[in-house]
Amino acid sequence: MNTSQTKDICTEEFLINMGPQHPSTHGVLSLELKLDGEMIRDCTAHIGYLHRSMEKLAENRTYTQFIPYTDRLDYVASMNNNMGYVMAVEKLLNLEISDRAKYIRVIAAELNRIASHLIAIGTFAQDLGAFATPLFYCFREREKIIDIFDQICGNRLTYNYMRIGGVQFDLPKGIDEKIKKFIKYMRSKVDDYDWLLTYNTIFLARSKHIGLLPKDLAINYSVSGPNLRASGVKWDLRKDEPYLVYEKLEFDIPVGENGDSWDRYKVRLEEIRQSLKIVEQALGALPEGDPTVKIGRIHKPSPSEIYLRTENPRGELGFFIISDGSAYPYRLKIRSPSFSNLAVLPELVKGLKIADIVCILGSLDILMGETDR
Amino acid sequence: MRTNEIFMAIKTDFPEVRQEEETGAVIIPKESLLKITRYLKNHRLAFDNLHCITAIDRTGRVELAYTLYSISEHHGITLKIYLTAGEENVASLAELWKSANWLEREVYDLFGVIFLNHPDLRRILNPYDWKGHPLRKSYSHPEVSIKPRL
Repeated sequence: MNTSQTKDICTEEFLINMGPQHPSTHGVLSLELKLDGEMIRDCTAHIGYLHRSMEKLAENRTYTQFIPYTDRLDYVASMNNNMGYVMAVEKLLNLEISDRAKYIRVIAAELNRIASHLIAIGTFAQDLGAFATPLFYCFREREKIIDIFDQICGNRLTYNYMRIGGVQFDLPKGIDEKIKKFIKYMRSKVDDYDWLLTYNTIFLARSKHIGLLPKDLAINYSVSGPNLRASGVKWDLRKDEPYLVYEKLEFDIPVGENGDSWDRYKVRLEEIRQSLKIVEQALGALPEGDPTVKIGRIHKPSPSEIYLRTENPRGELGFFIISDGSAYPYRLKIRSPSFSNLAVLPELVKGLKIADIVCILGSLDILMGETDR
Repeated sequence: MRTNEIFMAIKTDFPEVRQEEETGAVIIPKESLLKITRYLKNHRLAFDNLHCITAIDRTGRVELAYTLYSISEHHGITLKIYLTAGEENVASLAELWKSANWLEREVYDLFGVIFLNHPDLRRILNPYDWKGHPLRKSYSHPEVSIKPRL
């Protein structure tokens, strides 16, 4: 349609509120959309509906007491949050943990990454109109990971598994067989997704070239994780600033080409394959020994401050901890990946249709628990 | 580059900066914030990523901590600004890094630091009509009492 035609049918601009109670905003996110017909002229995000003031709470909890709170940040990847936090406290305490604990952490974190990406892929496909089937398939696979976690630590969603100095329990007997069986099963399922969903015509039409995020803009907005990699930036903390035992393990970093919604989906799918590879290697190299350093529950680090970031399923999770020598952190700042990933949304949706905003939100895979903290 | 090398590189062009002993963070006077950050972004140090902004209430002064990284050069640095009580305002970095927009709104919301020339300085996590800045040590909530410490 050329401009002379559109000029005649221009409608009055109006405001519409999308959320905070809306199934495709993935939580309590409120978007204020300025619309011209179905075209989005402007978008303002209102967040904070899930704000629980975690950082203030932390100032009145001991270092150990705060671990379960980190479960509630990114509640579909609790293991990764636990791990980021305890690693930050260990850095503050200058504590070296055993090799077995490092491997167990890697296994738990990567399995949780798969579970988190499965939710991202399932809900993304659901948002695009592939009603129920992909979501049910993804949740079927995720259930198997949750069963494994249930056996490891007794919880299904908020694991509270990592401890300062190691992990809560050693791996139970027979779990390695179960994980190996899962890896084999999951590999065939990822291939299934590839031919069911990835190159499906409707799926491609809805997600290809929608929500283009150029490389420079992504870095400028401090976007991280799969969203950054989908824009073609080869940056992954597990490779670039390796922690735990990642440098001993072999895996690739999948990157996208255009930075559109489809690339973000594809990067996540590939990351599932890479995570399976990591879990398999870590399980093979798992050393014997006691996983936990026995150091008690009250820690009084000397006055200092540290910043540590780890690669979460959604991006870079950072903990900035300042200690004043007491058993409580003087200040604890949580740098959450979804906060920065969501900030870029208004740039991506301008000029697109309302249906595309659902697609872009789904592909950014934000989670309000850690955005609002 | 290592933190010390980056510090020396900044020091040669801006003699007013100094290094915090315990942490290695670069302390800069608040007047030269924009000048130094513009230099850090466009100089060969290439700090393209403003990763995190946060504040620390040291009762009496507020410290701002800017965590910068360079994705192309693989290095990072922490900048610090000490703000004295009653003068909690500083220039906004939103014109250099877009990520500063929301990060500065968060610091304003929780600490009450004013960012000058910020495009949209509103509260972000708390409701827009909230009173006070919760992460200040002097803040007390009328309905919440804090349990005694160990």
